[in-house]
Amino acid sequence: MIAWTIYVTFAGAVLLLLSPRAFARWIALLTAFAGLALGLIELVRTPIADLARFTTIVRVPWVLALGINYHLAIDGVSLTMVLVTGISAVSTVLFSWDVKERQNEFFFWLLLVVAGCYGVFLSADLFLFFAFYELVIVPKYFLIAVFGSTNKEYGAMKLTLYSFFGGMFVFVGILAAYVTAGTLDLNQLSQFQFSPQLQSWAFPVLFLGFAVLAGIWPIHTWAPTGHAAAPTAGSMLLAGIVMKLGSYAGLRVAMNLFPQGFQMWGKWIVLLGVIGIVYAAAVALRQHDLKFVIGYSSVSHMGFVMFGLAAATALSVSGAVLQMFSHGVIAALLFAVAGRMIYRRTHTRELDVLSGMNLSRALPFAAFTFVVASAASMGIPGFSGFAAEITILIGAWKTYPGAVWITGAGMVLVAAFTLRALKQSFFGEARSTVQLQDGRVALDPDWNEQQTITAAEKCGACLLMFATIAVGLYPKLLLDRIMPAVEAMRFLQ
Amino acid sequence: MKAADATISYLELLKFASPETIVVITALAVLAVGLGTGRVRSTTTVSTVQRAKTANNKSTATRICCAVAGLGLAISGVVVLQLPQGTTLFGGMLVITPFTSLFKIICIVLAFFTVLLIASQKSTPHPGEYLALVLFATVGLMLLVGSEEFLMIFIGLELLGLSLYVMTAFDKTDIRSAEAGLKYLLFGSTSSAFTLFGISLIYGMTGTTSLPAISQKLASAFPTSSGLLAVGIIMTLVGFAFKIAAAPFHLWAPDAYQGAPVPSAGFIASASKVASFVVLGKIVLVGFAPVRGSAAWHAMLAGWSPVLAVLAALSILVGNLVALAQSNVRRLLAYSAVAHGGYTLIGIVAGDREGFSAALFYASVYAVTLVGAFGVVAMVRHETGGDDFSNFRGLAFRSPFMAGCMAIFMLSLAGIPPLAGFFGKFYVFSAALRATPNHGLLWLVVVALLGSFVSLYYYLIVLKAIFVDEAAVPATHRVDSLSSDLLQRSTVIGLAAAVLLLGIMPGILATRILATVP
Repeated sequence: MIAWTIYVTFAGAVLLLLSPRAFARWIALLTAFAGLALGLIELVRTPIADLARFTTIVRVPWVLALGINYHLAIDGVSLTMVLVTGISAVSTVLFSWDVKERQNEFFFWLLLVVAGCYGVFLSADLFLFFAFYELVIVPKYFLIAVFGSTNKEYGAMKLTLYSFFGGMFVFVGILAAYVTAGTLDLNQLSQFQFSPQLQSWAFPVLFLGFAVLAGIWPIHTWAPTGHAAAPTAGSMLLAGIVMKLGSYAGLRVAMNLFPQGFQMWGKWIVLLGVIGIVYAAAVALRQHDLKFVIGYSSVSHMGFVMFGLAAATALSVSGAVLQMFSHGVIAALLFAVAGRMIYRRTHTRELDVLSGMNLSRALPFAAFTFVVASAASMGIPGFSGFAAEITILIGAWKTYPGAVWITGAGMVLVAAFTLRALKQSFFGEARSTVQLQDGRVALDPDWNEQQTITAAEKCGACLLMFATIAVGLYPKLLLDRIMPAVEAMRFLQ
Repeated sequence: MKAADATISYLELLKFASPETIVVITALAVLAVGLGTGRVRSTTTVSTVQRAKTANNKSTATRICCAVAGLGLAISGVVVLQLPQGTTLFGGMLVITPFTSLFKIICIVLAFFTVLLIASQKSTPHPGEYLALVLFATVGLMLLVGSEEFLMIFIGLELLGLSLYVMTAFDKTDIRSAEAGLKYLLFGSTSSAFTLFGISLIYGMTGTTSLPAISQKLASAFPTSSGLLAVGIIMTLVGFAFKIAAAPFHLWAPDAYQGAPVPSAGFIASASKVASFVVLGKIVLVGFAPVRGSAAWHAMLAGWSPVLAVLAALSILVGNLVALAQSNVRRLLAYSAVAHGGYTLIGIVAGDREGFSAALFYASVYAVTLVGAFGVVAMVRHETGGDDFSNFRGLAFRSPFMAGCMAIFMLSLAGIPPLAGFFGKFYVFSAALRATPNHGLLWLVVVALLGSFVSLYYYLIVLKAIFVDEAAVPATHRVDSLSSDLLQRSTVIGLAAAVLLLGIMPGILATRILATVP
């Protein structure tokens, strides 16, 4: 049943190409909602025990000559990722409700990204997995290059080439695994004993390829520029789910296939992850563009994910998966506020300018949302960010206590830049009276409709806030499903 | 097996060579039709009305000739299917196996699409002659594909080459076309001379021109390190490296692709390439099997395989890097063709059955893609009068369907799923890695992946012009927009659908090729 997330989303995308403009956003919303509903049904209906291992849903021969199967499977980790994809998709569509130009095309590319992500999270065949993984790249280019804002063509090309560059390494790693083991089935591959010599080079090649997409330091530079250039929906999708493709794949494929290679290189990944947390947080502290602040905060949070994965205890890896979920929701929320709620109304994302506007009075709902998002992002207890990060740190304490200390310091930096952004954007000193009136006609013809926060925006924001609070208050809901699936993976044994 | 000696009756021969014969007869018929319909005598002073009438006449003449040619090709294709399989005539001069039949059909299909491209061009001068040349070239392809004997291969090569030279130079009003034709002729004839010389050396050493016999002789009688043999092999390969435009024998390609009439360029890029790869593969895998050598990085061994590996690596690097600097779509396609020739060669370097079929799958898919891309180019050229990037700007607004098709072709070339090029690359690279123990060809695969990484950039630049940029050409040019030309549109859309289909279900072609490759 969960396989239908992929089909429904693809069908929606194709339908968008054929439908008249008036229906475009409704089709997109329905499609995204169907995906989320399917994920929730799976969450409710499937017994936890069934999610402990990567259970096949569909398996059909596809290209016999090469032993390629159309093979989908699910476990707790996949389900978590499917859920965050569904949530991001729905909220993204809601936050793109007033896209005016080339609407069908916009939602077409958007749904392609979503469908590709569902595909990656559910594939159990390496070829299928890689096909979905690469499928996501090109729609991102069009989303940003056509619909983006700041320096969009540069940002789009940089992001696309980085992703494809990473994909190249992934290709080599996948070919090495396939040719050596003679199968593409992930479950069989994760039983296969690869020689240590192969693992020692194939693991870093594969993992680094994935890590490009996850925004690991020092190959993260596509993320801030890409996020800033993308339209709001693009940033939400990129930070929300596309970056997770990299970390999910690192876990599901690289670490699971080459456990010995992982042991050899694990400490280096921890190093990169920790540097990423601290470095990106420090850089975010100095940014003037609100989207750049959030872009760097994404890199910092993804550093947590990398650290959690590489620390390689059941707890830290589960925490990392929870962090993928949590950051997907929080980043989408932050970008929604910055890109849609603020930028659409003020036409600036410069913190210095914003601080003169005292937006909290003009846009109270946006201010509320941003406070919630910031709190979650900083790791305040009660929000999903706290649950995830504390799980990672407790889990990693056994293996890398030193790194935990540094990360703790990094969390202070995270809090610092988040509070700085929050204060300057919404609670600045009102140096002048409300500046909202200035330049509105020159910059945006449909300004008039944008005075207040629209219902669609409120729905989207509420959905995301609900998700982060729900998981923050009751992380067991997901952790119960993630933990057994992680424990079943080979690199822990 | 039929008796290969002189006892065979002519009737028998005619039966086995009937597909080729039908195409030749069609070519003659097309010539006659062209003579009968096309020649409306234009006096020195023609009024506009008369000129319009002449153009109209020309267009009907083109249509009629194309109909005849298409019909002939279709019949020939059906006949290929009917022939009894497993026949070898005259020591391999004419071989009929499932393998040769499959590729004859692929060549015929590609020629058919070329004819469709011609049919949708409004003003082809001398349509009869032009189509006859296409058909003669097709005969050349069929002979090339269906032969395991050096003399016959050479004759096929020359028939193909001579037809293509004229086809390239056919647009008498365009100086670029003449330049392209001359360059193609000069390079082509030189490389033919090399090939002939190489063949004669090999004949001198082995005393036979039949590929299987050469293989036996080489296996039994010769030390693999013989200098003369090396010269013979390398010289033979030069001619084919030229045909597939592998660097450093690619210099004719950019001019030919850019200057030639669009259908000619499409034909050169598609059908001619597929057939050349089939023959190249047969020669090295069947004829030169004992002197294969090894291109693995840890065990380089002299033979044809390292030679082809170097050609492949060079082509990938040169093609992709030079393509980055292009601003004309046809020239860009030419350099990317050099690179794709390199990817395809990797399959042949792998040197086993699977590698060969991967290479042929890749070449076939590539051919389909390029015919389609040239179809779009022809359309844009007709509409805006050129084929630079600037002419493609804003195509998405003028003709969303064509823009979508171009996106499919470009992304397939770049190797993006779910299009055919993605599977092709996966197939070729995995076959190459599997062919040698210990991932010996990994270096070549890494070079190819680097190349395809670079290539995404320039394909995206084309798509950026189409989808992102605003139209530079003022709207007045839209008056006779080709949206009216149903034939051309449906051809291009059909090809795009084929590329998508072959990407989603590559098995339908891949298993067929794998099953028939000897």
